[in-house]
Amino acid sequence: MKKSNQTLYSVIGASSLGTLIEWYDFYIFGSLSKTISDKFFPSANPTAAFLSTLATFAAGFIVRPFGALVFGRLGDLLGRKYTFLVTLVIMGGSTFCIGLIPGYETFKAAPIVILLLRLLQGLALGGEYGGAATYVAEHAPENRRGYFTSWIQTTATLGLFVSLAVILCCQTMLGKDAFNDWGWRIPFLLSIVLVGVSVVIRLKMHESPLFTQLKAEGKVSKNPLKESFGHKANLKMVLLALFGATMGQGVVWYTGQFYAQTFLLNTCAIDATQVNTWIGIALLLGTPFFVVFGALSDKIGRKTIMLAGMLIAIVSYRAIFSQFYSYADLSKKTEVTALLSYSKTETMGDAGERTVHSTTLHTYTDSSKYAETVTQTFTVKNGAEQAGIAKTAKSVTLSSSYAPKVVGLMFLLVLFVTMVYGPIAAFLVELFPTHIRYTSMSLPYHIGNGVFGGLVPFIGVLLYEYSKTPAAPQGDILAGLWYPIGVAALCFVIGLLYVSTRQPKHS
Amino acid sequence: MNTIKRILGIFWLLAGPAAIALLIYEAWARITANPVQDVYLPWVIIITIFTPIAIGLMIFGYYALRGEYDS
Repeated sequence: MKKSNQTLYSVIGASSLGTLIEWYDFYIFGSLSKTISDKFFPSANPTAAFLSTLATFAAGFIVRPFGALVFGRLGDLLGRKYTFLVTLVIMGGSTFCIGLIPGYETFKAAPIVILLLRLLQGLALGGEYGGAATYVAEHAPENRRGYFTSWIQTTATLGLFVSLAVILCCQTMLGKDAFNDWGWRIPFLLSIVLVGVSVVIRLKMHESPLFTQLKAEGKVSKNPLKESFGHKANLKMVLLALFGATMGQGVVWYTGQFYAQTFLLNTCAIDATQVNTWIGIALLLGTPFFVVFGALSDKIGRKTIMLAGMLIAIVSYRAIFSQFYSYADLSKKTEVTALLSYSKTETMGDAGERTVHSTTLHTYTDSSKYAETVTQTFTVKNGAEQAGIAKTAKSVTLSSSYAPKVVGLMFLLVLFVTMVYGPIAAFLVELFPTHIRYTSMSLPYHIGNGVFGGLVPFIGVLLYEYSKTPAAPQGDILAGLWYPIGVAALCFVIGLLYVSTRQPKHS
Repeated sequence: MNTIKRILGIFWLLAGPAAIALLIYEAWARITANPVQDVYLPWVIIITIFTPIAIGLMIFGYYALRGEYDS
Protein backbone atom coordinates (compact mmCIF):
# COMPACT_ATOMS: atom_id res chain seq x y z
CA MET A 1 0.00 0.00 0.00
CA LYS A 2 2.83 2.32 0.96
CA LYS A 3 4.68 1.52 -2.26
CA SER A 4 1.52 1.98 -4.30
CA ASN A 5 1.00 5.41 -2.70
CA GLN A 6 4.61 6.33 -3.45
CA THR A 7 4.09 5.35 -7.10
CA LEU A 8 0.90 7.38 -7.21
CA TYR A 9 2.58 10.47 -5.81
CA SER A 10 5.48 10.14 -8.26
CA VAL A 11 2.91 9.88 -11.08
CA ILE A 12 1.19 13.02 -9.79
CA GLY A 13 4.51 14.84 -9.37
CA ALA A 14 5.77 14.04 -12.86
CA SER A 15 2.43 14.79 -14.53
CA SER A 16 1.85 17.98 -12.59
CA LEU A 17 5.33 19.35 -13.25
CA GLY A 18 4.92 19.00 -17.01
CA THR A 19 1.43 20.50 -16.97
CA LEU A 20 2.61 23.36 -14.76
CA ILE A 21 5.37 24.16 -17.24
CA GLU A 22 2.88 24.11 -20.12
CA TRP A 23 0.65 26.57 -18.27
CA TYR A 24 3.69 28.72 -17.47
CA ASP A 25 4.58 28.80 -21.17
CA PHE A 26 1.04 29.67 -22.09
CA TYR A 27 0.60 32.41 -19.51
CA ILE A 28 3.77 34.41 -19.99
CA PHE A 29 2.40 35.45 -23.35
CA GLY A 30 -0.79 36.71 -21.70
CA SER A 31 1.04 38.34 -18.80
CA LEU A 32 3.36 40.16 -21.21
CA SER A 33 0.61 41.03 -23.68
CA LYS A 34 1.27 44.77 -23.42
CA THR A 35 5.00 44.36 -24.11
CA ILE A 36 4.32 41.96 -26.98
CA SER A 37 1.80 44.40 -28.37
CA ASP A 38 4.43 47.16 -28.42
CA LYS A 39 7.13 44.94 -29.94
CA PHE A 40 5.17 43.03 -32.56
CA PHE A 41 1.89 44.82 -33.25
CA PRO A 42 2.74 48.44 -34.02
CA SER A 43 -0.10 50.89 -33.94
CA ALA A 44 -0.57 54.55 -33.18
CA ASN A 45 -3.74 53.61 -31.31
CA PRO A 46 -2.89 51.84 -28.03
CA THR A 47 -6.38 50.32 -27.72
CA ALA A 48 -6.02 48.79 -31.16
CA ALA A 49 -2.62 47.39 -30.25
CA PHE A 50 -4.05 46.01 -27.04
CA LEU A 51 -6.98 44.42 -28.84
CA SER A 52 -4.60 42.91 -31.40
CA THR A 53 -2.75 41.21 -28.60
CA LEU A 54 -5.91 40.05 -26.96
CA ALA A 55 -7.02 38.68 -30.34
CA THR A 56 -3.77 36.79 -30.57
CA PHE A 57 -4.32 35.68 -26.99
CA ALA A 58 -7.80 34.51 -27.94
CA ALA A 59 -6.41 32.74 -30.99
CA GLY A 60 -4.26 30.74 -28.63
CA PHE A 61 -7.36 29.74 -26.73
CA ILE A 62 -9.58 29.17 -29.75
CA VAL A 63 -7.16 26.70 -31.26
CA ARG A 64 -7.16 24.65 -28.07
CA PRO A 65 -10.26 22.60 -29.00
CA PHE A 66 -8.47 21.53 -32.19
CA GLY A 67 -5.50 20.42 -30.09
CA ALA A 68 -7.94 18.46 -27.95
CA LEU A 69 -9.21 16.60 -31.03
CA VAL A 70 -5.79 15.95 -32.59
CA PHE A 71 -3.99 14.86 -29.43
CA GLY A 72 -7.06 13.35 -27.77
CA ARG A 73 -7.39 10.98 -30.71
CA LEU A 74 -3.68 10.12 -30.55
CA GLY A 75 -3.93 9.56 -26.80
CA ASP A 76 -6.80 7.11 -27.23
CA LEU A 77 -5.05 5.32 -30.10
CA LEU A 78 -1.41 5.25 -28.99
CA GLY A 79 -1.51 5.89 -25.26
CA ARG A 80 -1.47 8.76 -22.81
CA LYS A 81 2.24 8.86 -22.01
CA TYR A 82 3.74 9.54 -25.45
CA THR A 83 0.96 11.89 -26.48
CA PHE A 84 1.40 14.31 -23.63
CA LEU A 85 5.16 14.07 -24.07
CA VAL A 86 4.79 15.37 -27.63
CA THR A 87 2.55 18.23 -26.49
CA LEU A 88 5.19 19.27 -23.96
CA VAL A 89 7.92 19.44 -26.61
CA ILE A 90 5.72 21.46 -29.00
CA MET A 91 4.80 23.89 -26.25
CA GLY A 92 8.39 24.37 -25.04
CA GLY A 93 9.74 24.78 -28.58
CA SER A 94 7.13 27.40 -29.50
CA THR A 95 7.68 29.40 -26.31
CA PHE A 96 11.45 29.37 -26.77
CA CYS A 97 11.06 30.57 -30.38
CA ILE A 98 8.84 33.50 -29.32
CA GLY A 99 11.77 34.66 -27.19
CA LEU A 100 14.03 34.63 -30.26
CA ILE A 101 11.85 36.53 -32.78
CA PRO A 102 13.23 40.00 -33.58
CA GLY A 103 10.90 42.97 -33.13
CA TYR A 104 8.72 44.35 -35.92
CA GLU A 105 11.16 47.18 -36.63
CA THR A 106 13.79 44.74 -37.90
CA PHE A 107 11.58 41.81 -38.93
CA LYS A 108 8.36 42.80 -40.69
CA ALA A 109 6.93 39.26 -40.66
CA ALA A 110 7.18 39.15 -36.87
CA PRO A 111 3.40 39.55 -36.20
CA ILE A 112 2.46 36.55 -38.35
CA VAL A 113 5.29 34.40 -36.94
CA ILE A 114 4.24 35.27 -33.39
CA LEU A 115 0.63 34.44 -34.24
CA LEU A 116 1.66 31.04 -35.67
CA LEU A 117 3.77 30.23 -32.62
CA ARG A 118 0.89 31.24 -30.39
CA LEU A 119 -1.40 28.90 -32.32
CA LEU A 120 1.10 26.06 -31.80
CA GLN A 121 1.06 26.82 -28.07
CA GLY A 122 -2.73 26.57 -28.04
CA LEU A 123 -2.64 23.31 -30.00
CA ALA A 124 -0.17 21.79 -27.52
CA LEU A 125 -2.14 22.92 -24.48
CA GLY A 126 -5.27 21.41 -26.03
CA GLY A 127 -3.57 18.04 -25.95
CA GLU A 128 -1.78 18.31 -22.62
CA TYR A 129 -4.45 18.77 -19.99
CA GLY A 130 -6.72 15.87 -20.98
CA GLY A 131 -3.71 13.57 -21.07
CA ALA A 132 -2.44 14.59 -17.65
CA ALA A 133 -5.86 14.43 -16.00
CA THR A 134 -6.66 11.07 -17.60
CA TYR A 135 -3.24 9.67 -16.75
CA VAL A 136 -3.48 10.59 -13.07
CA ALA A 137 -7.14 9.51 -12.78
CA GLU A 138 -6.36 6.13 -14.29
CA HIS A 139 -3.71 5.55 -11.63
CA ALA A 140 -5.88 6.72 -8.72
CA PRO A 141 -8.34 4.64 -6.67
CA GLU A 142 -11.94 5.37 -7.72
CA ASN A 143 -13.04 6.74 -4.34
CA ARG A 144 -10.18 9.28 -4.23
CA ARG A 145 -10.07 10.52 -7.80
CA GLY A 146 -11.19 14.00 -6.83
CA TYR A 147 -8.31 14.34 -4.40
CA PHE A 148 -5.59 12.96 -6.67
CA THR A 149 -6.65 14.76 -9.86
CA SER A 150 -6.97 18.03 -7.95
CA TRP A 151 -3.17 18.19 -7.89
CA ILE A 152 -3.28 18.52 -11.66
CA GLN A 153 -5.85 21.28 -11.16
CA THR A 154 -3.39 23.29 -9.07
CA THR A 155 -0.94 23.48 -11.98
CA ALA A 156 -2.89 26.07 -13.96
CA THR A 157 -2.85 28.53 -11.07
CA LEU A 158 0.71 27.68 -10.08
CA GLY A 159 1.76 28.10 -13.71
CA LEU A 160 0.29 31.59 -13.66
CA PHE A 161 1.97 32.29 -10.34
CA VAL A 162 5.38 31.10 -11.60
CA SER A 163 5.00 33.18 -14.76
CA LEU A 164 4.20 36.30 -12.72
CA ALA A 165 7.08 35.56 -10.31
CA VAL A 166 9.60 35.11 -13.14
CA ILE A 167 8.43 38.33 -14.80
CA LEU A 168 8.61 40.26 -11.52
CA CYS A 169 12.11 38.89 -10.78
CA CYS A 170 13.32 39.87 -14.25
CA GLN A 171 11.76 43.34 -13.94
CA THR A 172 13.31 43.88 -10.52
CA MET A 173 16.78 42.67 -11.48
CA LEU A 174 16.99 44.39 -14.85
CA GLY A 175 14.95 47.52 -14.22
CA LYS A 176 11.84 48.43 -16.22
CA ASP A 177 13.68 49.97 -19.19
CA ALA A 178 16.00 47.03 -19.80
CA PHE A 179 13.14 44.62 -19.23
CA ASN A 180 10.95 46.35 -21.79
CA ASP A 181 13.87 46.58 -24.19
CA TRP A 182 15.14 42.96 -24.14
CA GLY A 183 14.59 41.42 -20.69
CA TRP A 184 11.02 40.31 -21.52
CA ARG A 185 12.60 37.59 -23.67
CA ILE A 186 14.13 35.83 -20.64
CA PRO A 187 10.89 34.21 -19.37
CA PHE A 188 10.31 32.78 -22.85
CA LEU A 189 13.87 31.50 -23.26
CA LEU A 190 13.85 29.98 -19.77
CA SER A 191 11.09 27.65 -20.89
CA ILE A 192 13.45 25.40 -22.84
CA VAL A 193 15.32 24.49 -19.63
CA LEU A 194 12.09 23.75 -17.72
CA VAL A 195 10.67 21.67 -20.56
CA GLY A 196 13.96 19.74 -20.89
CA VAL A 197 13.82 18.73 -17.22
CA SER A 198 10.16 17.73 -17.48
CA VAL A 199 10.69 15.65 -20.63
CA VAL A 200 13.45 13.66 -18.90
CA ILE A 201 11.15 12.98 -15.93
CA ARG A 202 8.18 12.02 -18.10
CA LEU A 203 10.28 9.64 -20.23
CA LYS A 204 10.81 7.53 -17.10
CA MET A 205 7.07 7.14 -16.46
CA HIS A 206 5.00 4.09 -17.45
CA GLU A 207 1.80 4.02 -19.47
CA SER A 208 -1.50 4.29 -17.56
CA PRO A 209 -2.54 0.86 -16.15
CA LEU A 210 -6.10 1.11 -17.52
CA PHE A 211 -4.89 1.94 -21.03
CA THR A 212 -2.26 -0.84 -20.84
CA GLN A 213 -4.99 -3.30 -19.87
CA LEU A 214 -7.22 -2.05 -22.68
CA LYS A 215 -4.40 -2.52 -25.16
CA ALA A 216 -3.62 -6.02 -23.88
CA GLU A 217 -7.28 -6.97 -24.32
CA GLY A 218 -7.35 -5.50 -27.84
CA LYS A 219 -10.14 -3.07 -26.85
CA VAL A 220 -8.44 0.16 -27.92
CA SER A 221 -10.79 2.36 -29.93
CA LYS A 222 -10.26 2.19 -33.69
CA ASN A 223 -11.80 5.59 -34.35
CA PRO A 224 -12.01 7.71 -31.16
CA LEU A 225 -13.44 10.76 -32.93
CA LYS A 226 -16.33 8.80 -34.43
CA GLU A 227 -17.03 6.96 -31.19
CA SER A 228 -16.87 10.16 -29.15
CA PHE A 229 -18.96 12.45 -31.30
CA GLY A 230 -20.71 10.17 -33.78
CA HIS A 231 -22.59 8.05 -31.26
CA LYS A 232 -25.55 9.60 -29.50
CA ALA A 233 -24.89 7.90 -26.16
CA ASN A 234 -21.49 9.59 -25.86
CA LEU A 235 -22.27 12.84 -27.71
CA LYS A 236 -25.06 13.68 -25.28
CA MET A 237 -22.58 13.37 -22.39
CA VAL A 238 -20.05 15.57 -24.24
CA LEU A 239 -22.73 18.25 -24.67
CA LEU A 240 -23.81 17.90 -21.04
CA ALA A 241 -20.21 18.24 -19.89
CA LEU A 242 -19.85 21.43 -21.94
CA PHE A 243 -23.13 23.20 -21.20
CA GLY A 244 -23.65 21.87 -17.68
CA ALA A 245 -20.13 22.16 -16.29
CA THR A 246 -17.10 23.37 -18.26
CA MET A 247 -18.76 26.43 -19.82
CA GLY A 248 -19.51 27.98 -16.42
CA GLN A 249 -16.32 26.71 -14.87
CA GLY A 250 -14.33 28.31 -17.69
CA VAL A 251 -15.79 31.79 -17.28
CA VAL A 252 -15.47 31.71 -13.48
CA TRP A 253 -11.85 30.65 -13.79
CA TYR A 254 -10.86 33.28 -16.34
CA THR A 255 -12.78 36.04 -14.62
CA GLY A 256 -11.05 35.30 -11.31
CA GLN A 257 -7.56 34.95 -12.65
CA PHE A 258 -7.40 37.02 -15.83
CA TYR A 259 -10.24 39.46 -16.19
CA ALA A 260 -9.52 40.68 -12.66
CA GLN A 261 -5.94 41.38 -13.70
CA THR A 262 -7.01 43.16 -16.91
CA PHE A 263 -9.57 45.16 -14.91
CA LEU A 264 -7.07 46.27 -12.26
CA LEU A 265 -4.43 47.16 -14.85
CA ASN A 266 -6.52 48.84 -17.52
CA THR A 267 -9.81 49.98 -16.02
CA CYS A 268 -8.43 50.93 -12.59
CA ALA A 269 -4.97 51.84 -14.03
CA ILE A 270 -3.24 50.45 -10.94
CA ASP A 271 0.54 50.05 -11.16
CA ALA A 272 1.49 46.72 -12.83
CA THR A 273 4.04 45.64 -10.21
CA GLN A 274 1.52 46.25 -7.43
CA VAL A 275 -1.23 44.34 -9.25
CA ASN A 276 0.98 41.37 -10.11
CA THR A 277 2.36 41.14 -6.57
CA TRP A 278 -1.10 41.17 -4.97
CA ILE A 279 -2.50 38.68 -7.48
CA GLY A 280 0.52 36.45 -6.84
CA ILE A 281 -0.14 36.47 -3.08
CA ALA A 282 -3.85 35.70 -3.58
CA LEU A 283 -3.02 32.84 -5.93
CA LEU A 284 -0.60 31.35 -3.42
CA LEU A 285 -3.15 31.60 -0.60
CA GLY A 286 -5.93 30.16 -2.74
CA THR A 287 -4.10 27.28 -4.43
CA PRO A 288 -4.37 24.72 -1.56
CA PHE A 289 -8.14 24.95 -1.88
CA PHE A 290 -8.03 23.12 -5.22
CA VAL A 291 -6.96 20.07 -3.24
CA VAL A 292 -9.44 20.81 -0.42
CA PHE A 293 -12.41 20.98 -2.80
CA GLY A 294 -11.09 18.10 -4.93
CA ALA A 295 -10.96 15.89 -1.82
CA LEU A 296 -14.33 17.18 -0.62
CA SER A 297 -15.87 16.24 -3.97
CA ASP A 298 -14.98 12.59 -3.23
CA LYS A 299 -17.25 12.82 -0.20
CA ILE A 300 -20.16 15.11 -1.11
CA GLY A 301 -20.08 14.93 -4.92
CA ARG A 302 -18.55 16.99 -7.72
CA LYS A 303 -21.79 18.67 -8.82
CA THR A 304 -22.63 20.24 -5.46
CA ILE A 305 -19.28 21.97 -5.09
CA MET A 306 -18.98 23.15 -8.69
CA LEU A 307 -22.50 24.58 -8.83
CA ALA A 308 -22.09 26.26 -5.43
CA GLY A 309 -18.92 27.94 -6.72
CA MET A 310 -20.72 29.14 -9.83
CA LEU A 311 -23.68 30.51 -7.88
CA ILE A 312 -21.56 32.45 -5.38
CA ALA A 313 -19.52 33.89 -8.26
CA ILE A 314 -22.65 34.98 -10.14
CA VAL A 315 -24.09 36.88 -7.19
CA SER A 316 -20.87 38.48 -5.95
CA TYR A 317 -18.91 39.49 -9.06
CA ARG A 318 -20.36 42.96 -9.48
CA ALA A 319 -19.88 43.83 -5.82
CA ILE A 320 -16.25 42.66 -5.82
CA PHE A 321 -15.25 44.46 -9.00
CA SER A 322 -17.09 47.59 -7.96
CA GLN A 323 -15.03 47.55 -4.76
CA PHE A 324 -11.81 47.20 -6.78
CA TYR A 325 -12.75 50.25 -8.80
CA SER A 326 -13.59 52.31 -5.74
CA TYR A 327 -10.08 51.74 -4.32
CA ALA A 328 -8.50 53.41 -7.36
CA ASP A 329 -11.21 56.01 -7.93
CA LEU A 330 -9.35 59.31 -7.67
CA SER A 331 -12.56 61.33 -7.47
CA LYS A 332 -13.11 59.83 -4.02
CA LYS A 333 -9.63 60.76 -2.78
CA THR A 334 -8.40 64.09 -1.43
CA GLU A 335 -5.26 65.43 -3.06
CA VAL A 336 -2.44 66.99 -1.03
CA THR A 337 -1.79 69.91 -3.38
CA ALA A 338 1.40 70.89 -1.58
CA LEU A 339 2.96 67.60 -2.74
CA LEU A 340 2.08 68.05 -6.42
CA SER A 341 5.25 67.64 -8.44
CA TYR A 342 6.42 67.73 -12.05
CA SER A 343 9.42 66.14 -13.69
CA LYS A 344 10.76 66.15 -17.21
CA THR A 345 13.39 63.89 -18.76
CA GLU A 346 14.80 63.75 -22.26
CA THR A 347 16.47 60.87 -24.04
CA MET A 348 18.19 60.81 -27.42
CA GLY A 349 17.62 57.84 -29.73
CA ASP A 350 20.14 56.23 -32.12
CA ALA A 351 18.52 57.93 -35.12
CA GLY A 352 18.80 61.36 -33.50
CA GLU A 353 15.19 61.48 -32.33
CA ARG A 354 14.46 63.23 -29.03
CA THR A 355 11.97 61.71 -26.62
CA VAL A 356 10.51 63.84 -23.86
CA HIS A 357 8.83 62.29 -20.82
CA SER A 358 6.79 64.76 -18.74
CA THR A 359 5.42 63.36 -15.50
CA THR A 360 2.92 64.95 -13.16
CA LEU A 361 2.73 63.25 -9.77
CA HIS A 362 -0.32 63.72 -7.56
CA THR A 363 -0.28 62.56 -3.93
CA TYR A 364 -3.42 61.91 -1.88
CA THR A 365 -4.19 61.96 1.81
CA ASP A 366 -4.34 58.15 1.97
CA SER A 367 -0.73 58.07 0.57
CA SER A 368 -1.86 56.80 -2.83
CA LYS A 369 -0.12 58.37 -5.81
CA TYR A 370 -1.22 59.07 -9.33
CA ALA A 371 1.35 59.61 -12.08
CA GLU A 372 0.46 60.89 -15.51
CA THR A 373 3.31 60.63 -17.98
CA VAL A 374 3.13 62.22 -21.40
CA THR A 375 5.71 60.87 -23.83
CA GLN A 376 6.40 62.68 -27.07
CA THR A 377 9.04 61.94 -29.66
CA PHE A 378 10.54 64.67 -31.86
CA THR A 379 12.28 63.73 -35.11
CA VAL A 380 14.33 65.96 -37.38
CA LYS A 381 13.23 66.05 -41.01
CA ASN A 382 14.66 68.47 -43.59
CA GLY A 383 16.35 70.42 -40.85
CA ALA A 384 13.11 70.99 -38.94
CA GLU A 385 12.00 69.22 -35.79
CA GLN A 386 8.63 67.47 -36.08
CA ALA A 387 6.61 66.35 -33.07
CA GLY A 388 5.12 62.87 -33.02
CA ILE A 389 1.83 61.86 -31.43
CA ALA A 390 1.92 62.29 -27.65
CA LYS A 391 1.18 59.17 -25.62
CA THR A 392 -0.25 59.44 -22.14
CA ALA A 393 0.32 56.73 -19.53
CA LYS A 394 -1.67 56.80 -16.30
CA SER A 395 -0.71 54.83 -13.25
CA VAL A 396 -2.21 54.71 -9.76
CA THR A 397 0.02 53.40 -6.99
CA LEU A 398 -2.24 52.58 -4.08
CA SER A 399 -1.18 53.04 -0.50
CA SER A 400 -0.01 49.84 1.19
CA SER A 401 -3.10 49.99 3.40
CA TYR A 402 -5.09 48.74 0.41
CA ALA A 403 -3.00 45.57 0.09
CA PRO A 404 -5.06 43.39 2.50
CA LYS A 405 -8.33 44.58 0.92
CA VAL A 406 -7.26 43.89 -2.68
CA VAL A 407 -5.56 40.59 -1.77
CA GLY A 408 -8.65 39.57 0.25
CA LEU A 409 -11.01 40.19 -2.65
CA MET A 410 -8.63 38.52 -5.10
CA PHE A 411 -8.45 35.56 -2.73
CA LEU A 412 -12.26 35.31 -2.83
CA LEU A 413 -12.17 35.27 -6.64
CA VAL A 414 -9.52 32.53 -6.56
CA LEU A 415 -11.61 30.60 -4.01
CA PHE A 416 -14.56 30.54 -6.45
CA VAL A 417 -12.10 29.25 -9.06
CA THR A 418 -10.96 26.43 -6.77
CA MET A 419 -14.60 25.40 -6.15
CA VAL A 420 -15.47 25.08 -9.82
CA TYR A 421 -12.10 23.88 -11.06
CA GLY A 422 -10.86 21.57 -8.26
CA PRO A 423 -13.32 18.72 -8.93
CA ILE A 424 -13.74 19.15 -12.72
CA ALA A 425 -11.03 16.68 -13.86
CA ALA A 426 -12.52 13.84 -11.82
CA PHE A 427 -16.01 14.83 -13.00
CA LEU A 428 -15.00 14.67 -16.67
CA VAL A 429 -12.93 11.51 -16.35
CA GLU A 430 -15.86 9.63 -14.77
CA LEU A 431 -18.27 10.78 -17.45
CA PHE A 432 -16.55 8.87 -20.26
CA PRO A 433 -15.30 5.28 -20.82
CA THR A 434 -11.54 4.57 -20.87
CA HIS A 435 -11.20 3.77 -24.59
CA ILE A 436 -12.39 7.24 -25.73
CA ARG A 437 -11.77 9.20 -22.54
CA TYR A 438 -8.87 11.38 -23.70
CA THR A 439 -10.81 12.61 -26.77
CA SER A 440 -14.21 12.90 -25.10
CA MET A 441 -13.14 14.85 -22.03
CA SER A 442 -10.62 17.10 -23.80
CA LEU A 443 -13.06 18.72 -26.22
CA PRO A 444 -15.68 20.01 -23.75
CA TYR A 445 -12.92 21.05 -21.37
CA HIS A 446 -11.14 23.14 -23.99
CA ILE A 447 -14.30 24.63 -25.49
CA GLY A 448 -15.47 25.55 -22.00
CA ASN A 449 -12.14 26.97 -20.92
CA GLY A 450 -10.54 27.97 -24.21
CA VAL A 451 -13.52 29.53 -25.95
CA PHE A 452 -15.94 30.58 -23.20
CA GLY A 453 -13.23 31.25 -20.61
CA GLY A 454 -10.43 32.47 -22.88
CA LEU A 455 -12.65 35.10 -24.41
CA VAL A 456 -13.63 36.65 -21.06
CA PRO A 457 -11.00 39.45 -21.16
CA PHE A 458 -11.61 40.05 -24.87
CA ILE A 459 -15.42 40.21 -24.67
CA GLY A 460 -15.16 42.05 -21.34
CA VAL A 461 -13.14 44.87 -22.93
CA LEU A 462 -15.50 44.87 -25.90
CA LEU A 463 -18.63 45.18 -23.73
CA TYR A 464 -17.03 47.97 -21.74
CA GLU A 465 -16.15 49.86 -24.93
CA TYR A 466 -19.71 49.41 -26.21
CA SER A 467 -21.17 50.71 -22.96
CA LYS A 468 -19.65 54.12 -23.75
CA THR A 469 -22.26 56.42 -25.23
CA PRO A 470 -22.31 60.17 -25.95
CA ALA A 471 -24.50 60.55 -22.85
CA ALA A 472 -22.14 58.45 -20.71
CA PRO A 473 -18.66 58.69 -22.29
CA GLN A 474 -17.04 56.91 -19.32
CA GLY A 475 -19.20 53.83 -19.94
CA ASP A 476 -20.24 51.23 -17.40
CA ILE A 477 -17.01 49.98 -15.87
CA LEU A 478 -18.73 46.76 -14.81
CA ALA A 479 -20.33 46.06 -18.23
CA GLY A 480 -17.69 43.44 -19.06
CA LEU A 481 -18.95 41.25 -16.22
CA TRP A 482 -22.29 40.56 -17.91
CA TYR A 483 -20.64 38.00 -20.14
CA PRO A 484 -19.23 35.72 -17.40
CA ILE A 485 -22.31 36.25 -15.23
CA GLY A 486 -24.67 35.31 -18.08
CA VAL A 487 -22.70 32.25 -19.17
CA ALA A 488 -22.23 31.01 -15.59
CA ALA A 489 -25.95 31.48 -14.86
CA LEU A 490 -26.94 29.47 -17.95
CA CYS A 491 -24.48 26.73 -17.02
CA PHE A 492 -25.75 26.69 -13.43
CA VAL A 493 -29.33 26.06 -14.58
CA ILE A 494 -28.30 23.30 -17.01
CA GLY A 495 -25.97 21.70 -14.46
CA LEU A 496 -28.59 21.82 -11.72
CA LEU A 497 -31.31 20.22 -13.85
CA TYR A 498 -29.49 17.81 -16.13
CA VAL A 499 -26.30 16.65 -14.38
CA SER A 500 -27.27 13.70 -12.25
CA THR A 501 -25.55 12.98 -8.94
CA ARG A 502 -26.42 9.34 -9.59
CA GLN A 503 -24.69 9.35 -12.98
CA PRO A 504 -23.01 5.96 -13.67
CA LYS A 505 -19.26 6.42 -13.16
CA HIS A 506 -16.74 4.90 -15.55
CA SER A 507 -13.69 3.18 -14.06
CA MET B 1 -38.47 17.04 -13.00
CA ASN B 2 -38.33 15.14 -16.26
CA THR B 3 -41.15 17.29 -17.65
CA ILE B 4 -39.23 20.48 -16.80
CA LYS B 5 -36.12 19.05 -18.46
CA ARG B 6 -38.08 18.28 -21.62
CA ILE B 7 -39.89 21.62 -21.74
CA LEU B 8 -36.62 23.48 -21.26
CA GLY B 9 -35.28 21.38 -24.14
CA ILE B 10 -37.45 23.52 -26.44
CA PHE B 11 -35.83 26.61 -24.95
CA TRP B 12 -32.28 25.31 -25.55
CA LEU B 13 -33.29 24.23 -29.03
CA LEU B 14 -34.45 27.77 -29.85
CA ALA B 15 -31.73 29.53 -27.85
CA GLY B 16 -29.01 28.40 -30.30
CA PRO B 17 -30.38 30.11 -33.45
CA ALA B 18 -31.67 33.03 -31.37
CA ALA B 19 -28.17 33.68 -29.99
CA ILE B 20 -26.63 33.61 -33.45
CA ALA B 21 -29.36 35.86 -34.89
CA LEU B 22 -28.79 38.32 -32.05
CA LEU B 23 -25.02 38.29 -32.59
CA ILE B 24 -25.41 38.85 -36.34
CA TYR B 25 -27.92 41.67 -35.78
CA GLU B 26 -25.66 43.35 -33.23
CA ALA B 27 -22.57 42.89 -35.42
CA TRP B 28 -24.37 44.34 -38.43
CA ALA B 29 -25.46 47.40 -36.46
CA ARG B 30 -21.97 48.01 -35.04
CA ILE B 31 -20.08 47.38 -38.28
CA THR B 32 -22.31 49.56 -40.46
CA ALA B 33 -22.05 52.37 -37.90
CA ASN B 34 -18.25 52.19 -37.87
CA PRO B 35 -16.78 49.92 -40.58
CA VAL B 36 -13.18 49.70 -39.37
CA GLN B 37 -11.03 46.66 -38.61
CA ASP B 38 -11.16 47.19 -34.85
CA VAL B 39 -14.92 46.78 -35.01
CA TYR B 40 -15.54 44.07 -37.62
CA LEU B 41 -12.63 41.75 -36.75
CA PRO B 42 -13.79 40.92 -33.21
CA TRP B 43 -17.34 40.37 -34.43
CA VAL B 44 -16.24 38.05 -37.23
CA ILE B 45 -14.17 36.05 -34.72
CA ILE B 46 -17.01 35.85 -32.21
CA ILE B 47 -19.66 34.77 -34.73
CA THR B 48 -17.34 32.18 -36.32
CA ILE B 49 -16.58 30.62 -32.96
CA PHE B 50 -20.01 30.67 -31.45
CA THR B 51 -21.93 29.30 -34.46
CA PRO B 52 -20.82 25.65 -34.01
CA ILE B 53 -21.37 26.00 -30.25
CA ALA B 54 -24.91 27.26 -30.86
CA ILE B 55 -25.51 24.23 -33.08
CA GLY B 56 -24.27 22.09 -30.16
CA LEU B 57 -26.79 23.81 -27.88
CA MET B 58 -29.55 23.00 -30.36
CA ILE B 59 -28.55 19.33 -30.38
CA PHE B 60 -28.46 19.40 -26.58
CA GLY B 61 -31.97 20.87 -26.57
CA TYR B 62 -33.15 18.24 -29.01
CA TYR B 63 -31.80 15.45 -26.81
CA ALA B 64 -33.38 17.05 -23.74
CA LEU B 65 -36.73 17.31 -25.53
CA ARG B 66 -36.51 13.64 -26.54
CA GLY B 67 -35.96 12.67 -22.91
CA GLU B 68 -32.35 11.55 -23.32
CA TYR B 69 -31.46 13.21 -20.00
CA ASP B 70 -34.47 11.89 -18.08
CA SER B 71 -33.59 10.38 -14.73
